[in-house]
Amino acid sequence: MSFDLNFIGILIGAIMASSVPLILAASGELITERSGVLNLGVEGMMIIGAISGFALMVVTDNLFFAVIGSMFSGLIISLIFGLLTQSLLTNHVATGLALTIFGIGMSAMIGKNFVGIPGKEFPLLFLNLKESIPFLGPIFFGHSIILYFAFGLPFLTNYFLKKTKTGLIIRAVGDSPTSASNQGINVTLVRYSCILYGGAMCGLAGAYLSLIYTPQWIENMTGGRGWIALALVVFATWSPIKVLIGALIFGGITILQLHMQAVGLRIPVQLLSALPYIMTIIVLVVISRDSRKIKLNTPTSLGQIFYKEK
Amino acid sequence: MIKIEKRNDVSRSIYFLTPVLAIFLTLFGGGIIFYILGFNPIEALKFFFITPISDLYGLSELLVKATPLCLIAIGLSFCFKSNNWNIGAEGQLIFGGIVGGGVALLFYNHDGFYVLPIIILSGAIGGMLFAMIPAILKTYFNTNEILVSLMLVYVAKLLLDYLVVGPWSNPEGFNFPETRQFSKTARMPILFDGLRIHAGIFITLINVFLSWLILYKTYLGFQIKVSGLSLKTAKYAGYKGKTMIIIVFMISGACAGLAGVGEITGPIGQLHRNISPDYGFTAIIVAFLGRLNPVGIIFASLIVALTYLGAETAQIFLQVPKYTGQVFQGMILFFLLGSDYLLFFKIKFLRLKKNEL
Repeated sequence: MSFDLNFIGILIGAIMASSVPLILAASGELITERSGVLNLGVEGMMIIGAISGFALMVVTDNLFFAVIGSMFSGLIISLIFGLLTQSLLTNHVATGLALTIFGIGMSAMIGKNFVGIPGKEFPLLFLNLKESIPFLGPIFFGHSIILYFAFGLPFLTNYFLKKTKTGLIIRAVGDSPTSASNQGINVTLVRYSCILYGGAMCGLAGAYLSLIYTPQWIENMTGGRGWIALALVVFATWSPIKVLIGALIFGGITILQLHMQAVGLRIPVQLLSALPYIMTIIVLVVISRDSRKIKLNTPTSLGQIFYKEK
Repeated sequence: MIKIEKRNDVSRSIYFLTPVLAIFLTLFGGGIIFYILGFNPIEALKFFFITPISDLYGLSELLVKATPLCLIAIGLSFCFKSNNWNIGAEGQLIFGGIVGGGVALLFYNHDGFYVLPIIILSGAIGGMLFAMIPAILKTYFNTNEILVSLMLVYVAKLLLDYLVVGPWSNPEGFNFPETRQFSKTARMPILFDGLRIHAGIFITLINVFLSWLILYKTYLGFQIKVSGLSLKTAKYAGYKGKTMIIIVFMISGACAGLAGVGEITGPIGQLHRNISPDYGFTAIIVAFLGRLNPVGIIFASLIVALTYLGAETAQIFLQVPKYTGQVFQGMILFFLLGSDYLLFFKIKFLRLKKNEL
């Protein structure tokens, strides 16, 4: 019995690991959206983070540089989005799509020389505790530091948005940019910062994939996770804690379908692989059905262009 | 001294000139990227944009690629004009291909003239039905159409994968993930011997004309444009928003489905895993580059088709991955959106007078 329990612990640990990129990307995007900016480039920023993290790891042989570098490149690429939407007042949806297309292309271009190179082992913390405590060990220990950071992030984000002055300013900018601007808040600056933060988090999410989760570079390796992260923000009705819950549910579906594939059930593999996407649609329908609840929680100015007459 | 002023009205000439500006900026940006990668930028750009279309075969290939791009973009223009963000045309293309391909396999042993029209029609219906999913979820459940249409792309891809590996795979195909080659009657007629350009181009051109007719000469087109400009006005005018949303999605889904069926009965001739090199996504760029205008979209599709050919040539001659095409496509859209700034703002270069210094 203790063996079975331990297996469930390992399963939960795996679910947690697979939800990390979703938590990171969705938490970043959540801050961006709270400031009123809809950045659909999550997938593109993640894949850029994935390749830059991996490439830096190979070139510098230093995982610390790789992780920091991936965040930095996510930030740089989101700066393009910021320049366009904030300074040149372009449409958020179209610009985000361009960012995704550009990011996927750019990452493949950079990654050409990194295909097939094996990754480096990422240090996992508390490995001895993972082995020695049944059930709880594999859940709480033996993870990378990024996982612990990711699981703390929604709580930090929640505190930040609700209890700090900066968080309040971000929400004010998202809900009513005109009155925020009249209060003397530099709306454009706040939005730029939120876009860059979102970019950095998406970069980190990508690096988690290429450095830890499947330590190698594969073209298009984010495989739609960026879009699922975007859906998660809606699912969570812009609340950080619910992002965590949603990410765990999706991580759970992913791991479950992988296990079902491994067991060799007579269900087509493709149907199982399609499950996370189908579930996303179903969940979105269930959440959005109550249009009042969505309206109440959506940042009022989400996706709208703000222009201040000088 | 630079002064930025808001324009009172949008100049029509600038409206159609900024796409040209965007293309030049993209060439410039591409040159810089090639330079960073260690190539002679002029030479690399020549490989990318001139070599592919310097012979008859190349020109035919350009039209082969522009045919689906233009068709999908025309459909998308209906959605985008009315502020409906259908970004899952790729899925609608694949689903149209699946339905059309299924019918082609069903009629494998028939050789009447009616076979091809039935296949084409069923492909269009397939794409249309698939596009109605996000439309209906948007209208009746308030669900975000961007996310739903995109998720369905992955679903369609996996469904295609399932079919070509499993039930529809070629019985004599040594387990390759592909169906039989369609029979000759199920194929689009080739226009010139030795070239791949096929009759699908006429479907595209007919659709361009029809959409121009719908958009500019009918009440529906007027409604679409008004709801795109201001949802409030549209509501005030009493337009039935829900019906219109479903109609624009149906139109764009049918176009994407037609593009899919055109590909599988045209250049491909069977179903396999990769029936589209992301035409459905690239067509979004085509639609914007063509200013959501039927004629503009024709030109835009030719230019964007060239990035596909260029990427293939560059892959052979410069050993850069074929994804380079996507870098160019992303850049075109960035520059296009960015240069729209010139539409709404005037940049004045003022000379300082002496007494101001």
